[in-house]
Amino acid sequence: MIANFGFGVLVVSFLVTLYSVFAAIYGDRTKNAAMVESARRAMLLTWPLLTLTAGILIYLLVNNHYEVQFVYEVTSRSMPTYLKITAWWGGQSGSLLFWSWLMSAFASLVTLRKWDRDREFLPWVIVVACVTMAFFIGMNVFFENPFMQLYETFTGIQPATFQPADSVLFTPADGQGLNPLLRHPGMIIHPPMLYLGFVSFVIPYAFAMAALITGRTDDRWIRLTRRWTLWAWLFLSFGLVLGGRWAYDVLGWGGYWGWDPVEIAAFMPWLTGTAFLHSVMIQEKRGMLKHWNMILVILTYALVIFGTFLTRSGVLSSVHSFAQSAIGPLFFAFIGFTLITSAALIIYRWDRLKSETRMTSLLSREALFLLNNLLFMSILVVCFWGVIYPLVSELFTGQKVTVGPPFYERATSPLWASLLFLMGVAPLSAWGHSTVKTLGRAMWKPLVGAIVITAFIFATYTQKVGALIGFFIIALVLLVTVYEYWRGVNARQRSQGENIFTAFWNLTGRNRRRYGGYIIHISMMFMAIGIIGIEMFQSETQGTLAQGQSLNIAGYEVRYNEIASWDNMPAGVRYTRSSIDVYRDGEFLGELNPRIDYYFDSQQTMTIPGNRSTLKDDLYILLVDWEPVSSSGATFKIYVNPLVNWLWFGSLLFLVGIVIAAWPEKETERVAAKARVRATAKQPSAAD
Amino acid sequence: MIKILKAASTSTKLPLAILIALAFTLTLTLMASAQGPTPTDDEVNRIAKQLYCPVCESTPLDVCPTEACRQWRDLIRTQLAEGKTEEEIKQYFVEQYGARALADPPNRLASYLVPAIAILFGVLLLARGFQMWMKPSTTETNASDPRGEAKSVDPYVAKLEEELKKQK
Repeated sequence: MIANFGFGVLVVSFLVTLYSVFAAIYGDRTKNAAMVESARRAMLLTWPLLTLTAGILIYLLVNNHYEVQFVYEVTSRSMPTYLKITAWWGGQSGSLLFWSWLMSAFASLVTLRKWDRDREFLPWVIVVACVTMAFFIGMNVFFENPFMQLYETFTGIQPATFQPADSVLFTPADGQGLNPLLRHPGMIIHPPMLYLGFVSFVIPYAFAMAALITGRTDDRWIRLTRRWTLWAWLFLSFGLVLGGRWAYDVLGWGGYWGWDPVEIAAFMPWLTGTAFLHSVMIQEKRGMLKHWNMILVILTYALVIFGTFLTRSGVLSSVHSFAQSAIGPLFFAFIGFTLITSAALIIYRWDRLKSETRMTSLLSREALFLLNNLLFMSILVVCFWGVIYPLVSELFTGQKVTVGPPFYERATSPLWASLLFLMGVAPLSAWGHSTVKTLGRAMWKPLVGAIVITAFIFATYTQKVGALIGFFIIALVLLVTVYEYWRGVNARQRSQGENIFTAFWNLTGRNRRRYGGYIIHISMMFMAIGIIGIEMFQSETQGTLAQGQSLNIAGYEVRYNEIASWDNMPAGVRYTRSSIDVYRDGEFLGELNPRIDYYFDSQQTMTIPGNRSTLKDDLYILLVDWEPVSSSGATFKIYVNPLVNWLWFGSLLFLVGIVIAAWPEKETERVAAKARVRATAKQPSAAD
Repeated sequence: MIKILKAASTSTKLPLAILIALAFTLTLTLMASAQGPTPTDDEVNRIAKQLYCPVCESTPLDVCPTEACRQWRDLIRTQLAEGKTEEEIKQYFVEQYGARALADPPNRLASYLVPAIAILFGVLLLARGFQMWMKPSTTETNASDPRGEAKSVDPYVAKLEEELKKQK
């Protein structure tokens, strides 16, 4: 009964979003403000409706209603309540509902803002947001109903939305339980963060489409959505970082990024989103690249849908293949529809999107930002090709192939290195005009510093050419960024008489976007240190040890003590936990306990590493196998991952940088907007 | 009579079976001595790292925990013990399970050519864009930033302009 009620509310939500779309279009066409307002209110209604739907689903999940197919598939009696709630996004239909619910929350937030100055955008923002929402809710209503129930018929047990004739409701005694990999804390937060990033990128796209439809193609839509884009970027970045940490902690391959197709699916909108964040600055400062910004925001939106499509459709097999179903063609059609419509609108408004100024120097900041965009797009091309190549190969040659990490690493490494190098150069170039001489004068001090640091690393740490190039670029970018900070702080100290800390605080506070960006650059360098460490200096070994025996790796001695296995029946898990003593140069460093958890309900195992983590390196031990009868021998896989903690530290700093950059700075924005209005009034238009 | 024949037959079968068993053991011992020492886990993993199991896609063979992958690793160990090279072992897996067993697509040219062409196209497009944007325009003979956000940072040029103004 309650499941049917949940489905009913879901259907009403679908109808309300459809009404919102048609009312907004009709209101705009007939200049009927009341109709547009009705559309807005209808859109606002979708959030409480979907919240009610979600509440009903959570009630079913928490209270073990195994007659509901989704509940049966993702929960079991032994799961704690918090996991039963998070199982909402642990399966196909629930996660689609979760997507729609987040989307409705964001759409509501957008429509609650003051629209006085941008009234003409409103109906079209509603249309784009509600079409996207209607698509996802429609998926749930017509194909992936989370409230479908199990019925016993003459032919067996079958799930159905409506009770088949001559059938009775079937309630299994227990559920199958959530995939153990999804029970990790990182995995509980990782999907919501990714989805938040995905849905919040819909908002800039909605405004871009509104700008194209209304013909108001100045940079107003960019200014309105700048903060949305930064928050979207924050969520997506956080989601990716959490995914990496989850992989490191749970998947047991000793790394954080396996170039899995679904990882890449979430990474691709991040690439275009990052390019967009840089590119919009050129439009704001110089009135250029309006076409390109439109293309980037459309691409980001399309990749968001494509990313969800890859995860949900099961078209590509991966560790995420728990979420396969036959909804792929519909996603594909929707992506095609949005791309064709968006491209048609850009062509329609092509003349209005022409640049207001010209580029004057190949070394100006806008030129370097364009190069940055080219590099991001190149990495995107490699990733996109890597993801679809197995499909293309199977389609045209009939040969199934795997595109693994070697392809991506070989193809993207030079592009990443160039991108990092640009981070060191671009902050020193000026908007509008820069020459080799001016740039050289600004760069020589950090450049000399970077050479000295690289020479020191060569003498003390490594002679690997690839690593040395990487460390040189990192040193250069860090020195340039610190130098830029120092110049700003110094100027404030001189002009305002502030102490160094106050000057630093005020400098960042007065131009959050710029200095938040610099913090992001610094954090990227810390992450690069971690990546170089694990990619170029990782050591690994595997061996079977009897009790008391040792393995040596990278200066560590790892001694196997014992292994124990016991059942935790209420939790439905069998733990097999080993005890390892770790020594370095004869000194006892501590005990590690790599283990394997076996989940009775899903009959799956999870490998939990024992990890000793320092800024210098991680000693990461996996229990691979053991002798259950004698408990005397066990096989361990041991990794030493140098510098990997810099990756996590850099990731945290990265998030801090985004928060600083995204934090509102009302005064500066007002001044900038006024200056822009004045400048535009003076500026004659120029050809693109 | 039949019983006697059966007894005779049984009495001849037993030594024959012992003989066969002895010969088999001897052959195995000789084979084992020809194979040399058992390969280590690290030697096996060095090859397994480059292979993917068709069942657990996107998981390299060296870290895959399934029973099927464990058997594959044992197969690598056996082949290494038989003296096969890394390439021969990889080729064996490709013949058995197809090209998807490799971490890298076998046709490297095709896999790298398409993104390379696309990137080259992007470079050419950008170069063309720069060429268009950099064309001198009559309306913008003084190429300073119209929004007043970018001024020449070259102090030499600035000083020169200042002195020229003074001469006027």
